[in-house]
Order: sequence, then C-alpha cells, then structure tokens
Amino acid sequence: MLQTFFNLEIIEAAWPIILAGLGNTVLLSLVVVPLGLLGGLGLAMLASVRKPWVRWPLMAWVDFFRAFPPLVLLIFLYAGLPFAGLELGGFACVCVAFFLNTGAYYGEILRAGIDSVPAGQTEAARSTGVGRLQTMLYVVLPQAVRNVLPDLLSNTLEVVKLTSLGSVVAMPELLFQARQAQSLTYNPTPIVLAAVIYFLMLWPLVRLLSRLENRALAGRG
Amino acid sequence: MPGKPIVEARGIHKHFGALHVLKGVDLVLAERELVFVIGPSGSGKSTLLRCLNRLEQPSSGSVVVDGVDLLDPRTDINHARQRIGMVFQSFNLYPHMTALGNVTLALRKVAGKSRSEADALGSAALARVGLADRAGHTPGQLSGGQQQRVAIARAIALEPRVMLFDEPTSALDPELVGSVLGVMRDLRESGMTMVVVSHEMGFARNAADRVVFMDEGAIIEEGTPAAIFETPGHERTRAFIGQIQRH
Repeated sequence: MLQTFFNLEIIEAAWPIILAGLGNTVLLSLVVVPLGLLGGLGLAMLASVRKPWVRWPLMAWVDFFRAFPPLVLLIFLYAGLPFAGLELGGFACVCVAFFLNTGAYYGEILRAGIDSVPAGQTEAARSTGVGRLQTMLYVVLPQAVRNVLPDLLSNTLEVVKLTSLGSVVAMPELLFQARQAQSLTYNPTPIVLAAVIYFLMLWPLVRLLSRLENRALAGRG
Repeated sequence: MPGKPIVEARGIHKHFGALHVLKGVDLVLAERELVFVIGPSGSGKSTLLRCLNRLEQPSSGSVVVDGVDLLDPRTDINHARQRIGMVFQSFNLYPHMTALGNVTLALRKVAGKSRSEADALGSAALARVGLADRAGHTPGQLSGGQQQRVAIARAIALEPRVMLFDEPTSALDPELVGSVLGVMRDLRESGMTMVVVSHEMGFARNAADRVVFMDEGAIIEEGTPAAIFETPGHERTRAFIGQIQRH
C-alpha cells in the first residue's frame, strides 16, 4: 500500500518537478486572484450605477459567466479561439478565463458588500463635496470589504484550487507537474504528494476563514 | 430681514414617482438667519432641506445658495457643497475612521489640503465642538452626542456659508441633546446661516429668527417663534404645536 501511494524513492525523484509545479501554482494564484478581484471591483462599481442600460447588460454578463463552467470556458479559449485566428497561449487563456469567471463571482460578493453599506454614508461624504468615485474608494469600499471579508476569502480559496484547471492547457502548475511525474514513474505517489501540498497550502486559509465566520456570527449575536 | 439673501429656493416641486412631496415651496434666508422648519412626518421638510444641497434633485424650481445656481448643469456641485454643511439625524460618521479622519477626509480629498494642514484644521474644528481630546477615537467609542458633534465638526471644518440640520437631536438620548444644542447655539452666535429641521421647541424659541410650518408638501405659515408657537394663524399649525407640546 505504502509502496504504491507513498513511495519515498519516487517522492525523492519527483520532488524537483513537483516543487516547480508548486512555484507555478503560487505564481498563477498571485496573478489570477488580483485579476479576478479587479474584474469584480469593476463589475461591482458598475452595479452601483442604477441605470437600466448599465444594469441589464451587467446582470446578463454576470449570470452568463457564473453559469458557464470555467473548464469549458478555458478549453474554448485554448482550443476554440484558434479557429477564429486568435491563439492566446496557455497562460493568457488562464488569465482571461479567470478574469471572466472569478471576476463575476468576486463582483457579486463585492456588490453585496457595497449594498450593505448604509446610503447615509454616501450622502454624508457627498454632502461635504467628496466626488462619486472618491466616496466609493474611501468611504464605501473599506466598509464593504470588511462586511464581506469571509465571502471574499472563501472565493479566493476556490480560485486557488481552480488554478489546477491550468493543467488542461499545459500550464506547468502543481497538478500538471504531478501528472507528468506520475506518467514518468508509473506510480500515483506524485498525485498524492500534490494533494498533500494543496492541503498544507490551503489549510491555514481554511482555518482563518472559520475564525472569521465565527467572529461574524458572534458579532451578529 | 438682516442682510442679503444667501439661500434662495423658489417654486420647489419634488415628485417621487406618483408621490408629490413638495408642492411649490419657497424658502429664502438672509445671511446670519436661523430658520426652523417644523411639521408632521411626511410633510416634506427633510426633502426640502435635501434639495438645498441637491442631495435631492428638485423636479422643478430653482435653488441658489451663496450666489451659485445649484440646479445649473454647469455648476460644479462638489465645489458648491463644500459651502453648504449638512448634519444628519443618524450622524453618518464613517465608522472605519477616527474622529479626526472623519473631519479631514473632505479637506484632503476635495479641498486639496496636505495632511498636516488638514489635521490642523480638523483639530481646530473638533476643538470648536469641545472634542479636541477625542480626535483619535472611532465613532464606536463615542456617545451619540459626541458623534453628532463630530459630524458638525466635519461640516464646519470646510468653512461653509450655510449649515443644514436634519433632525440633529432626534436620535439622541435626552441627556445628550443639550451638548449638541450647545454647539448649535455657538454656531449661531458666530453668525452662521442655519436651516434646522427639528422639533426642539425650547431651542427654536431662544435661537430661531423664524419658524416655518410645513404640511403635505407646502408651507402653511411662517413667522417669529413667538407668533408661530403662541398665536398660530392656522388650525393645522395649532393642532401640530399642541401635539408636540404635549410630549
């Protein structure tokens, strides 16, 4: 059993490959999380414009990308778009797909956060001559983010896990590298190793999330 | 009337959908004048106040404050609003900032002051409302009365020409009302032009030049505090004054 799933020799052999994959997963996360947040921020701020010609297209956009499976989206970008003469490459495809998919999720979370800030906050700032954008930036967003911090963190956790989708477009991230090592060694140990690494990387975040959620519950008490 | 007009609202109508909230209201204030606006809830008095800094856009009519036409699309409303301070019933302090941070936000981001300049002006404003020693406290650490005084400091730090008060003491425990009225009295004595929506009759009697009674979106009558409170001309005014005096 141990020889099959946790073979020490294979761990030693696969280690450099896996480590490179871990590095790429971290790098990828550091790119796609801010990208998704940026997209989400844009969507959430657009949502505070209460004009029908902004509202309806925005709702359609968010619904569409939340309903569209990210794996399908990624494969379409990678394997479909070249038929339209647009070859983006694996990394760019992952970036675009995450911007669209996780941006929509972050957008909904941030929109809920913005809605949770009382209108009086905006009125107070506007009454002192602070402009619309600056009111959003200095008064509304800091409170909005604090109000939805557990949801933002939870979504970020999902995004980091989703970076494993990059393996289908040959991004050399953790899962992809583990699959490589597995096929080279004919042994599932590298996959188990990758799973352990994912867990060790994300477990502190999960703990933090639990604490935030408990605190939010206590605060509501 | 003492001095020239500084607030001129004329023929103000406001519709919210099918609701006709203001039905052709005129309100003109001379410089240094303090006008009280009273009336039952739903009479449109808060909406009228909010039209005076365009937090509410009137459906028709004109609003000129300190010579600036607020409804002219070419008017830089953010610039104009710095000259019109507003204080809200629920304080609306920014909970994630200190008292000083609340007071200096507009100074830094709109009036373009440096941090040290803004801090000096902000501290002076807090001192004026008797809260110099609370600059580093967040709103959650302050009593309701202190919060409302910080809100007043936030407005006066910009050196407005006019101050609008929307039921500034309605959300306060009775024992905290006095400190806020004290600050308003000081402002009054410094010559500030003020429009106050409130039912603080004692304060109105002592400090107001004029009391305006509104009902159902229109001004029913106006006059000196003595005239309105003691010899109101209209049955509706009489009924309303009787009601609030019974409390």
